[in-house]
Amino acid sequence: MNAREKILTKLRQQVLPVPPLPGPDGPWITYADRAAQFSAALATVGGQAVRVASQAEALSHLAQLPVMAKAKRVASFLPDVDRANVDLNLVTDPHTLEDVDVTLVQGQFGVAENAAVWIQENSAPLRASLFICQHLVILLPERDLIDNMHQAYERIGRFGPGFGVFVSGPSKTADIEQSLVIGAHGARSATLYLLQNDR
Amino acid sequence: MSHPSAQPHSAGHPAAADAFVANEPRAHWHDKALWFIREKRDRAAASLPEWETLRDRAAQIKAHTIANLPHYLEEFEANAQRMGVKVHWAADAKEHNKIVLGILQQHNAKKVVKSKSMLTEECHLNPFLEQHGIEVVDTDLGERIVQLREEPPSHIVLPAIHLKKQDVGDTFATHLGTTPGADDPQYLTEAARGHLREKFVAADVGITGVNFAVAETGGIVVCTNEGNADLGVALPSVHIACMGIEKLLPRAADLAVFVRLLARSATGQPITTYTSHFHGPRPGCELHIVMVDNGRSDIRASDDFRRSLNCIRCGACMNTCPVYRRSGGHSYGSTVPGPIGSILSPAMEPEKHKSLPFACSLCGSCTDVCPVKIDLHHQLLTFRRELALKNLIPLSKRVSMKLLSFVLSRTWLFAVGGKVMRWVMPKLPRFMVYNRMNAWGKQRELPPMPPQSFRELYAIRKHMVNKPNGEASSHSTKGAA
Amino acid sequence: MKVGLFIPCYVDQLYPDVAMATVEVLERFGVHADFPTAQTCCGQPMANSGCTGDTRPLAEAFLRIFSGYDYVVCPSGSCVSMVRHHYEEYFHNNPTFEALKARTFELCEFLVDVLKIKSVAGKFPHKVGLHQSCHGLRELHLGPPTELMNKGTPNKVKQLLAELDGIEFTSLQRPDECCGFGGTFAVAEEAVSCMMGQDRLADHQQAGTHVLTAADMSCLMHLEGLLRRQGKDVAVMHVAQILAGREPQFASQRGGTSS
Repeated sequence: MNAREKILTKLRQQVLPVPPLPGPDGPWITYADRAAQFSAALATVGGQAVRVASQAEALSHLAQLPVMAKAKRVASFLPDVDRANVDLNLVTDPHTLEDVDVTLVQGQFGVAENAAVWIQENSAPLRASLFICQHLVILLPERDLIDNMHQAYERIGRFGPGFGVFVSGPSKTADIEQSLVIGAHGARSATLYLLQNDR
Repeated sequence: MSHPSAQPHSAGHPAAADAFVANEPRAHWHDKALWFIREKRDRAAASLPEWETLRDRAAQIKAHTIANLPHYLEEFEANAQRMGVKVHWAADAKEHNKIVLGILQQHNAKKVVKSKSMLTEECHLNPFLEQHGIEVVDTDLGERIVQLREEPPSHIVLPAIHLKKQDVGDTFATHLGTTPGADDPQYLTEAARGHLREKFVAADVGITGVNFAVAETGGIVVCTNEGNADLGVALPSVHIACMGIEKLLPRAADLAVFVRLLARSATGQPITTYTSHFHGPRPGCELHIVMVDNGRSDIRASDDFRRSLNCIRCGACMNTCPVYRRSGGHSYGSTVPGPIGSILSPAMEPEKHKSLPFACSLCGSCTDVCPVKIDLHHQLLTFRRELALKNLIPLSKRVSMKLLSFVLSRTWLFAVGGKVMRWVMPKLPRFMVYNRMNAWGKQRELPPMPPQSFRELYAIRKHMVNKPNGEASSHSTKGAA
Repeated sequence: MKVGLFIPCYVDQLYPDVAMATVEVLERFGVHADFPTAQTCCGQPMANSGCTGDTRPLAEAFLRIFSGYDYVVCPSGSCVSMVRHHYEEYFHNNPTFEALKARTFELCEFLVDVLKIKSVAGKFPHKVGLHQSCHGLRELHLGPPTELMNKGTPNKVKQLLAELDGIEFTSLQRPDECCGFGGTFAVAEEAVSCMMGQDRLADHQQAGTHVLTAADMSCLMHLEGLLRRQGKDVAVMHVAQILAGREPQFASQRGGTSS
């Protein structure tokens, strides 16, 4: 008997009553002003939310940030980003992204309760780019803000093959005497632009 | 770099705790650090009016899943395989380690990066791989610190919580070439970032744990704040994910309940920075999932202890435990310390960990903070019975309990014994009462020895009340307690 | 109503006035409780050591001694918790026990839930530190623990004391952390037990507590032991004693050793 059979047989030998599986509905929190809640939550986790009218305004705001001014290598999954100088289409080996300073990406939706943004692989085919960059910039239409994680999974729907990640703020650690340090292994900063228009 | 597994102190938890408490300022510092996290957890929980409902929901989902486990394991395997995942089963730690080694050898992998996985700790994977000439680098900052120091983690979420920044500074000065004496956390983290980045880039294989596995989709979820798990598997072309079989959830929708509870319970954050969902391997790469039993099916068989399989390894029980905070994770000598560890470890190795269920004042705070409503303090008490049945209680204790039971089962003997004690004790010279044999008396005075017990006073009172003109006797109104 | 008084073994022998105060408090509200003298102990020391075989005779004795009463009242959260939550294995759905279990109460919950006492009148112009004994708090729900998010539940112990003239509850940094007694834990893990106790006392000290009280004498026995060793002048009283109108005994009033 291999391990699989051993384990399954053993488990099946234990006859246990199976209590019902509860449904997904519940008194889950909602917010009157999702953008305000999202921005506040993002601030508490060390990120920054900026409300702008459009992608164009986001990019011009971004250009002012010191992070951008100093950036040598900029990767973008969004079209029409002049500053981008890493052609992601040509990247076959994620290791070559090691020196990327800034990655720009579009979020699918954002969750107000915890400032988490869902980024699915089809909008960021090179998942390494999200984690290996020094600074992450996310663009998200405000109308794509939802209240809570239950709505989030409903919105994702069926999971097909691929990768998806909720990103809430910059990477961080408090492993050294509980002192919060922003920027552990992933991005040192996470700037999020909430677009009033869709683009 | 060897990474020793946690070993119990030969005299068990009390001796190790003694040593920890002896450094009073440090013990108080440790206690305050963890209490602070407990308070953050409280604030996070209070921010959701539905908090207790979430806990109930999580417990129900887990109870259903554990009861129906074989079904969900097969469903998960089928769905994962459909996406090209290689699913492996391991009956115990040994098999788990062999499987992981096998995958590494198949790919001629010599350098491995590993994110936090208590399961791999439990299986003592690191020393095993190192014996086979493979470099394993723990990439979670806290884990890397203790790895460099060659000690086990002292907390399942905050591995280096027992260390001060000076300790980390010293370790990094030795191993990473940071400035000796420098202890600024920002500076030290930056140094670790650079050091570990090299490891990520050079790694052949990335190993992660699994926070949640979803049967309906065949996907796994890994939660980190540092991004180390993701970096560790986004660069190498092989990802090995190790999980206990109890980590399953039935549906993707169930993730909402658990993701909302996990970080809030662990550190008081609304969610970890990264909550990564892996469905199938990266294009052109491999994803292996190793599902491990290692005693879980035995625990599942027990009506008393089955609920401990609900555990999502959040560490909230440790943060709230007044004993853990004042004795430190290492004093438990087990992979997982604290309340949940004091059930899981003795369940797997009763003889080795027999002092752990007694490292508990039965306060019940752990049960209240557990996001999946494990009745921790009740299970700890029940486990003591298990140990007694296995004859793992010290003889002196067994004898004294038999004696006590004998006396207490005979009212006359109890009353006489009590009277004798109350008569003799006040007459003894202090050195006869307070000495090495009297553990109570080391830091405490014994209770007073009143001349009359309540039953004697009650009898007198009843007698006086029954006298023709007697009011209740004038017992003192100044409470001599 | 026929009420049986269930007195913890160590209260009977070492803190008789706590039991006497319980009698007086009940009488004040019209309940003349009977103390069946055959009783000794609920069996916790044995059960907490895992020696459930040695606990059985005491559980069975409890059933024999008390099943004839309408209510059983006990000035101890841990003893009542033992009966209501940990006697199951000795009785296995025995209807007599199930009925008795439902009628066994800790003193404060009996006053509030059965006698419907809203508060107790009297004078107690002192700074009172209320120690929330764990069994009463978390097992019997005498109050809302700080880690549970069901903040609406009332604190029955506090409620009974709250209307006493002049009483002032001190404000603790950790309102419901365990004192560290834990039964045999107090001796088996002496170092941690005493550090836990000292930390409670330090909290009470910073809060300005003059009278330390709780609904469980076991916690107080441990805390008082620490206080007396340190020569600290904090009075220690069980809630029953405060409700019965006792006055606190401070060291300045106490002559020599208490008896």
